[in-house]
Amino acid sequence: MININEVIETNKMIEKENLDVRTITLGISLLDCISDDLNTLCDNIYKRITTTAKDLVKTGKEIEREYAIPIVNKRISVTPIALIGASACKSAEDFVLIAKTLDKAAHKVGVNFIGGYSALPAKGMTKAEELLIESIPQALCETESVCASVNLGSTKTGINMDAVKLMGRIIKETAKLTADRDSLGCAKLVVLCNAPDDNPFMAGAFHGVTETDDVINVGVSGPGVINHAIQSVKGKPFGELCDTIKKTAFKVTRLGQLVAQEASRRLGIPYGIVDLSLAPTPAVGDSIAEILESMGLDKVGAPGTTAALALLNDAVKKGGIMASSYVGGLSGAFIPVSEDHGMISSAQCGCLTLEKLEAMTCVCSVGLDMIAIPGRTPASTISGIIADEMAIGMINQKTTAVRIIPVEGKDVGDVAEFGGLLGSGPVMKVNEYSCEDFIARGGRIPAPVHSFKN
Amino acid sequence: MEKSKSIITVVGKDQVGIIARVTTYLYESNVNIEDISQSIVGGYFNMMMIVDTSDANKEFLALSKELEELGNKIGVIIKLQREDIFKSMQRI
Repeated sequence: MININEVIETNKMIEKENLDVRTITLGISLLDCISDDLNTLCDNIYKRITTTAKDLVKTGKEIEREYAIPIVNKRISVTPIALIGASACKSAEDFVLIAKTLDKAAHKVGVNFIGGYSALPAKGMTKAEELLIESIPQALCETESVCASVNLGSTKTGINMDAVKLMGRIIKETAKLTADRDSLGCAKLVVLCNAPDDNPFMAGAFHGVTETDDVINVGVSGPGVINHAIQSVKGKPFGELCDTIKKTAFKVTRLGQLVAQEASRRLGIPYGIVDLSLAPTPAVGDSIAEILESMGLDKVGAPGTTAALALLNDAVKKGGIMASSYVGGLSGAFIPVSEDHGMISSAQCGCLTLEKLEAMTCVCSVGLDMIAIPGRTPASTISGIIADEMAIGMINQKTTAVRIIPVEGKDVGDVAEFGGLLGSGPVMKVNEYSCEDFIARGGRIPAPVHSFKN
Repeated sequence: MEKSKSIITVVGKDQVGIIARVTTYLYESNVNIEDISQSIVGGYFNMMMIVDTSDANKEFLALSKELEELGNKIGVIIKLQREDIFKSMQRI
C-alpha cells in the first residue's frame, strides 16, 4: 500500500520542484483531407482537426485535476503540409491560406501551438516543398499558433545543401517580417537533421507519414526534480550521481506514461510514445543549466560542460526507457538558451558561447535552440551554422536542429524578448568570417560511410 | 468507470478539528475511508487518507473542488488525487 512518505515525496516534486507534464500532443493525419481544390482542402483540414481534437483540452484539464499534476501544454501536430497541399497549392500564397486554416482550427479547439507546417527535403526538394518554404515568413507572420519545420538532411541521405542555403534566407526574411516582435517568427521555425516522426515538442513537431491516423504523444519534463535529487549526492562519485539521475528519471517518465495512457483511454485515441526530454522553462528551479552546475560546474559553459551534459542525457534515457513501454520523439536534454535562466545568465557573462553550445549539441538533443544572434548576420552565415549542425546530426546518427533568431535591429549585448515560455535572451556573438563561397556551391553533401567509425 | 482508490492529503498548521471536518464532509459525500496516517512535524499537520470514492454521491471533480474549498475555509491545503499517480511513480 502507498505510504505517507511516498505521497509527500511525489507532491513535493509537483509543488516545490516544478514537476509537470510539458505537453500532450495529439498527432492528426491530414492525408485523407487532400483535394486539388484549395477551398475544399482547407475545409477538410478545419473539419478534421476541430472534430478529432474537440475534447483534447477538456480531457487534459480533467487529468490535471484528478491527479493534481500540471499539464502545461495541449498541442496538435499534423502531417507535413508540403505533402497535403502539393496538389492544391500553385503559389506560396496558397500555402499561407492553409497556415491560416491551421491557426483558426487551433484557436477553435484551444491549443496554444499547432506543428506540421513542414517540408521534408532531406535529399531532394519538390516544387510544393519549395513553395511551402517560400511561404514560411508570411505564414509565421500572419498566424499565431502555427509552427514550421524543415528536415534538411539525414544519416541515410546526406544533407540537402540547396535547402540549407534557402533556409538561411528564409530565416532572415521571417526575422524581418516579425521585426516589431523581436523577430518572434523565427522562434516558431526550426530546421532539423534526422527529424523524428513522433516528436511532441514544438517547434519541430509534425505527424509523420509512418504514423497511424491519430495518436497521443506525451512530453514529460522535470529539470527541477533532477536538480534537487543531484544536490543530495554532492561530492559523491559518478556512479552514484548516475544512479540518482536514473531513479529520478524513472519516476518522472512513469508520470508521463500514466498521463499518456489516461489521455489515450479517455479520448479513444491510441497512445504513441513518451518523449523523455528534459525541457526547461524560464522559471528559476526549472533549468538544465542548474543541473549541470549542481554537478560541480561553476557556470554552464565551463570546461567539463559537455561531459556533464553527456552523462545527464544518457542517465535520463537509461532511467526513462525502463519506465515506459514506448519511448520516442527527441528524448534528450534540451538546451534552449532563451528558455533557461541559467543558460541566459551564462551567455550574458560570456561563459557560454555559440561554439560551446555547438559542442554540447553533439551529446544531447536537440541542437542550437532559441539562440538570438545579431540581425545583421548574413544569410550565408546562418546557412553555415545550419550546415555545421546538420553535419553533427548526420555523422552521429542523431537528431539535431537549429532554431536561431537573427533579431532585427539588435546586436551583441542587447536582449531579445519573446515572452511566455519562449523567454528572453542576450544576443550572442557570431563568428564574423564568411562562408559565402562554401554555401553558394549548391547540391548535396553525400551520405556518410557507415563503417570505419573514428 | 470510476476507479476506486484515491488519496486525500491534508497539509497545514495544526489546529483543533481538522480531521473532524474533513471526515464529516466525506461522510456526507458517502466516501469510505480505508486508511489514515497522520503526523505533526514542527507544528505542521500532515495527513494522508486512502479513500474509496466509487459509491460517492457526486462526481470526482466535484469532490476534488469541494475538498479544496473546505481546505481554504479551514486554512489548510487539501488535495484529492487518484492513487495511480503514486503507484506508477513509486512502484516498479
